[in-house]
Amino acid sequence: MDHRSHDLYVARAMWSIGRGDAKFWISVAVLSSLVAAGFYAYVYQVQRGLWVTGLNQKVSWGFYIINCVFFIGISYGGAMTSAILRLTNAKWRAPLTRIAEATAVAALLVGAIYPIIDLGRPDRFLYVVQYAQVGSPVVWDLVAISTYMLASLVFLYLPLIPDLATTRDSMRPSLLRRIYGVLALGWIGTVGQERTLQRGIAIMAVLIIPLAISVHSVLAWLFAVTARGGWHSTIFAPLFVLAAMLSGVAAVIIVVAVFRKVYSLQQFITAKHFRYLSYLLIALGMGYVYFMVSEYLTEGYLLDASTTPVLEAIFIGTYAPAFWSFSVLGLLLPLVLAALPGRFLIGRACIASGLVIAGMWLKRFLIVVPGMAEPVMPWDWGRYAPTWVEVTITIGTAAAIPLILILFFRFFPVMSVHEMEEVEGTPEPRGVVLVPSYGSGGDE
Amino acid sequence: MTGQVSRRQLLGTLGGLGAGALAAGFVPIAFAEAEAADTGPKRQWAMVIDMRKCDGCKACTVACQETHHLPTNFEWIKVFEVHDKQGGAYFMPRPCFQCETAPCLRVCPVAATFKTDEGVVLVDQDRCIGCRMCMAACPYGARYFNYADPPVVSNPFQKPTPEFPVPQQKGTVGKCMFCVHRSVNGELPACVEGCPMKALWIGDLVEDVATNGDETVRLSTFITENDAFRYKEELGTGPRVYYIAGHGQLLDF
Repeated sequence: MDHRSHDLYVARAMWSIGRGDAKFWISVAVLSSLVAAGFYAYVYQVQRGLWVTGLNQKVSWGFYIINCVFFIGISYGGAMTSAILRLTNAKWRAPLTRIAEATAVAALLVGAIYPIIDLGRPDRFLYVVQYAQVGSPVVWDLVAISTYMLASLVFLYLPLIPDLATTRDSMRPSLLRRIYGVLALGWIGTVGQERTLQRGIAIMAVLIIPLAISVHSVLAWLFAVTARGGWHSTIFAPLFVLAAMLSGVAAVIIVVAVFRKVYSLQQFITAKHFRYLSYLLIALGMGYVYFMVSEYLTEGYLLDASTTPVLEAIFIGTYAPAFWSFSVLGLLLPLVLAALPGRFLIGRACIASGLVIAGMWLKRFLIVVPGMAEPVMPWDWGRYAPTWVEVTITIGTAAAIPLILILFFRFFPVMSVHEMEEVEGTPEPRGVVLVPSYGSGGDE
Repeated sequence: MTGQVSRRQLLGTLGGLGAGALAAGFVPIAFAEAEAADTGPKRQWAMVIDMRKCDGCKACTVACQETHHLPTNFEWIKVFEVHDKQGGAYFMPRPCFQCETAPCLRVCPVAATFKTDEGVVLVDQDRCIGCRMCMAACPYGARYFNYADPPVVSNPFQKPTPEFPVPQQKGTVGKCMFCVHRSVNGELPACVEGCPMKALWIGDLVEDVATNGDETVRLSTFITENDAFRYKEELGTGPRVYYIAGHGQLLDF
């Protein structure tokens, strides 16, 4: 990377810090009001009780449990993308890892509050710690989610340290500068510091994979340990893990595309990045199709008394519209869109990702609700339709993710400067021409 | 140093006194425990539901709701009308089955659900956090969540206990508990007492008896001779409720 692109990269990465143009304030205002509406709906629910939701005696888990699985799944993809790119030492990762890791944390913060939103007695939440029963999947969830949250925060923070120092050094003395200084932990980039940091990042990249897998596995076991038809399946844990990665990579694609556009990062995040991410999306999507076929085939071939009504409802009954739109529009179409060669690669990747995300939400709905509504005592189907409270809370929490990201990148570099320098090397003194430039165009 | 009590002596004396007091205190307790151990568990509650006699009047449900001050959609004992493939129909009342290896108990994160030594599964509503994992785990749909405030109870001094959780607490889970608050007083469960067809029997596996309020039978013989079955027994839950198959044929009009 030559001097010009290097300087431009740094400028672009740091551009957002402390900046607040009209676009920024408008998005913050719009997103905050959505979050506030969601918060209002939650207060409304706490004051009155869970009867304000569409939940009932038959279907006692609904939107909140779906959203918990969905948002934690999104988080998972961000963490995994970054970890895999680091471990395979993919050179093209530098402009993406920060956005992926921040998306992971933002989505996790949102997903992790859903079990509390779902509680009948949120005031007793800490009982789960106080009276923890090791045999309960709910306790496994608490342990897995909190460990994973700690790990993904560290995973975001470690690579940020050198950039915090860069930010610190670029500022005039002020309180903010001192805060960056504290957060940078005295980073000056010595060889020893560098070695320690790289070791730390490598350890976290290795650790975050089993942790993320464990989170989604225990979320799956929340369902799979019960005797309900459609839930009691050995493939549930890997199915959930793959679903999470799929929706997470899709979310990374969209977040990267948005920040690329808004922060003018086109020179550094190129079509090549979207092509590679699309490959990842396609591979995961095909894996998911395979797992899903395996799930439904083994259950459907036997037609066990408890699963038959659920499968009927999903394939040809009440939930058939949701199931077929998910399968065709949310899984097959995006795979085709992302796989096709030709023009509008970035646009197609974004549309495919949007469809995948919507599809994966529907799939979680198709797991939770029919499994709940199925007649455990024969002859008694349940019904479920969410109320405005559940819908508002869902929208509010979904809006919290971009809000967290926008606010985060107002204070921290949107692309990792240090990592770029590590991959590309720091430019030689002025006048020396370096090896082929990284950011000058990509391959389209 | 004569005349003065040494520290060691004092401690020794106090210790002796203490030990004596403890022994005095412990003897009757130890005695009582030995007696209790001799008799073994007092009861192991079970229920027999004779579907040959059930006409689906739901008097059991109403009696239960009156006893526990429940709203009408809380059917801790729920009567299902089952249509079979031959076009026939019969009624199947479903209380909580008080499973021996209860799935609801295993999944509870805070041990709010527990089992008494008389084999009844209870819910401590002061402990329940309302996650509803137990409702997902119960293969019989026997658990009910208090989404709203329960109806006002006539006796304002009633303090809810796991045995008699009245009034119910909003945001927690409740279910049938075989009316253990009545059986300690030698009364029948509300549903058994309220059944006009005498189709419900409450029994004790230890003493091997069951009664529907009119008759008393030997439980094991009653179950075997009438080919009683347990619902979804293959799940390994060990339900404590036995069904005698039928479609109301023993009803006399």
